[in-house]
Amino acid sequence: MNRPEKIDFILAGVGGQGTILASDILTEAGYRSGYDVKKSEVHGMSQRGGSVESQVRWGSAVRSPLVEKGRADFLVGFEMLEAARWPAYLAPGGLALVNRYRIFPPAVNTGHADYPAEEEIDRRIAARARLVWWIDATGLAAGLGHPAAAGVVLLGALANYLPVADEVWQTVVQDLVPPRHVDLNRRAFAAGRALACPDGR
Amino acid sequence: MPKVMSGNEAVAYGAYLAGVRVASGYPGTPSTEILENLVRYPGIATEWATNEKVGFDVAVGAAYAGARALVTMKHVGLNVAAESLFYSSYTGLTAGLVVVTADDPGMFSSQNEQDNRRYGQFAKVPVVEPSDSEEARRFTQEAFAISEQFDVPVLLRTTTRIAHSSSAVETVEGHPPRGRRDAPPSRRETPAWRSGDHAFPRDQQKYVMIPAYARMRHPVVEERLTRLAAYAETSGLNQVIPGDRELGIVTCGVAYQYAREVFPTASFLKLGLVYPLPAQLIRTFAAGVKRLIIVEELDPFLEEQIRLLGVEAEGKKFFSLTDEYTPDRLRNWAAQAGLAPVPEFPPVPGAALPGRPPMLCPGCGHRGVFYVLHKLKPVVMGDIGCYTLGAAPPLYAIHTCGCMGAGIGVAQGAERAGVKDKVVAVIGDSTFYHSGMAPLVNVLWNNSPVTTIILDNLVTAMTGHQVNPGSGATLQGEGLGMDLERMLRRMGFSLVDTVDPLDYETTLRVIKRHLETDAPTVVVARRPCALQTRFREAPYLIDPVACTSCGTCLKLGCVAVSKYGGTMSINQELCVGCGLCAAVCPQKAVKSSTGVAN
Repeated sequence: MNRPEKIDFILAGVGGQGTILASDILTEAGYRSGYDVKKSEVHGMSQRGGSVESQVRWGSAVRSPLVEKGRADFLVGFEMLEAARWPAYLAPGGLALVNRYRIFPPAVNTGHADYPAEEEIDRRIAARARLVWWIDATGLAAGLGHPAAAGVVLLGALANYLPVADEVWQTVVQDLVPPRHVDLNRRAFAAGRALACPDGR
Repeated sequence: MPKVMSGNEAVAYGAYLAGVRVASGYPGTPSTEILENLVRYPGIATEWATNEKVGFDVAVGAAYAGARALVTMKHVGLNVAAESLFYSSYTGLTAGLVVVTADDPGMFSSQNEQDNRRYGQFAKVPVVEPSDSEEARRFTQEAFAISEQFDVPVLLRTTTRIAHSSSAVETVEGHPPRGRRDAPPSRRETPAWRSGDHAFPRDQQKYVMIPAYARMRHPVVEERLTRLAAYAETSGLNQVIPGDRELGIVTCGVAYQYAREVFPTASFLKLGLVYPLPAQLIRTFAAGVKRLIIVEELDPFLEEQIRLLGVEAEGKKFFSLTDEYTPDRLRNWAAQAGLAPVPEFPPVPGAALPGRPPMLCPGCGHRGVFYVLHKLKPVVMGDIGCYTLGAAPPLYAIHTCGCMGAGIGVAQGAERAGVKDKVVAVIGDSTFYHSGMAPLVNVLWNNSPVTTIILDNLVTAMTGHQVNPGSGATLQGEGLGMDLERMLRRMGFSLVDTVDPLDYETTLRVIKRHLETDAPTVVVARRPCALQTRFREAPYLIDPVACTSCGTCLKLGCVAVSKYGGTMSINQELCVGCGLCAAVCPQKAVKSSTGVAN
């Protein structure tokens, strides 16, 4: 696989979905593959079921921990509505991987707003992305033992596009995931890796 | 072998490498993970304090006694500890004292975005500010050296984007820092320095700040500042990065990283020691460029001082005083000012999406109290913690929130002003130990008929479940918890009741009785944090036949309960089975899934 000079990622989800663990794994995998890396994420208040995002940057010398609009190569959506907030950050021709999974925000729960249709979300992201890859990551993870491993399923799918050796992913998962969850997360990663990419990668 | 660390991990590592012996602090986003990481290193007395001022004084005592000491807090925590910063500036120390103030531009988890570089100028102490994790490590070590060289506490100022961003950090061979997930806290070891073989320095003229001695110290403080300014001229913390002479940029912190991307060819003066400033270095740099721009988040702290030097500079004329900077914002402002090309990528159009604010978790005990308050409609003075989310829709159950410990005093004031409402203060357990005890004594002493509800989830939840005096253990994993009710009764409260806030009927009855009592009273609403204990029982279901879609359950503001397409439902993955919705349902249409055939 050719090795881009820089790769920028946005991971968007809902507090409690595991975006922090996934971005830790992604950061460490890039670092162990020879990239300089930076990662930025938000803790505290926002984590209580609110919108959360992590930004991960790989490059020869990364300066800003935040990705500029129009420059992210990958958008990884852990939840559909959260993915829909970030297309402006994608570079033209970037790729979006979106978990086909809905968590209703409060205004939708109380009937004060509508949850956007999948077609609408697809259209928004496709305005910038060359491809929106919809993945039933939560369903796959639940089938493997726990829906919380959805993020690592998405990472496995993302790995099809990244210049990182399989051994590196394996050891990073081993090193960062609590011991009792390593097996589940390895299987989740493999399940994502085995998915057929819609563009034939 | 370098290792990827967050800014907070790197501060902890730097403090460890600097030989810190005593560390204290109070949890506060974005500073919390410093002590959580430091406790994994051996030989350091790392403790949570009841509040920032207490933590600061613990660190001062250690530094007086000859042990390098660290104290950590968020920006507003330094307001609580400000008095200690000012006296320790006068006294100086025996060993190094580094004070971490983690500012929160953008207010991700704070009530304001004050710029704590100003505290350096105010208290006449140096301020060091890193711009990535490697600098967080290196500057922490350097801060201890400055502290000892100049006999002064040093402020290490970080921001959310430094504290919670990760990048590579150099590590010392043979001393790899341990990862945050792989080791339990080191149990308290008795380090050699605690053996008691050195005496406390009994230097009254230095350490007793009565007016006669304080008058002797003030000139020392002023003279020290002059020496620090001279040191700043040659300090390795400040760095000139030569570039195009058309544009020179003075900057610090994470803004430096953004500016390097937005102005890739400019010359840079990057300040790591942001107070006091190197006047000569700045003049020389300014003389070497055609136009001088200052890029700093929040206040024009550098800009004001640089202009006072008589140097022509522009900054806040273009760049915002408010909110966190991002590369996007900086590029847009720079483009408007003609300093950088217009952004290449137009925004993606689309209608506004429904927001997703943070909410009380499913199973959270606070919800039970706020639902009762929502029903009984007293005026509720809130405080700082997860429970501040009780102010959010649909509960709208908190009417003021200012800072840690404010609610009880504000409640007393409102009661004294003679409002027609019943007056309630709600305060979390950690906040109560932090700064709720003095105002609660005040309510009792002045006999103000305020009902104080202590929302006791036995942990400091908002910042990520740190222990507090009520938790039953210290950061080192030992010690006893406080007996809260006993303490309240011994204070002199005659009416103290404890409820499980998810026991709706009892909570309603008890709070009602307290509101009807014309005396200071306290309710302890105790239930362990559902998120920390991973509370999970069989989820609840709505019987579609019995349900009249009245919407009572929606008023709880639980993310698991929704009305979609006109029908009420409970998300079986999100519901943790606390049963509060079943308790409030007038139709008894909500039932536990226990016993329902799968």
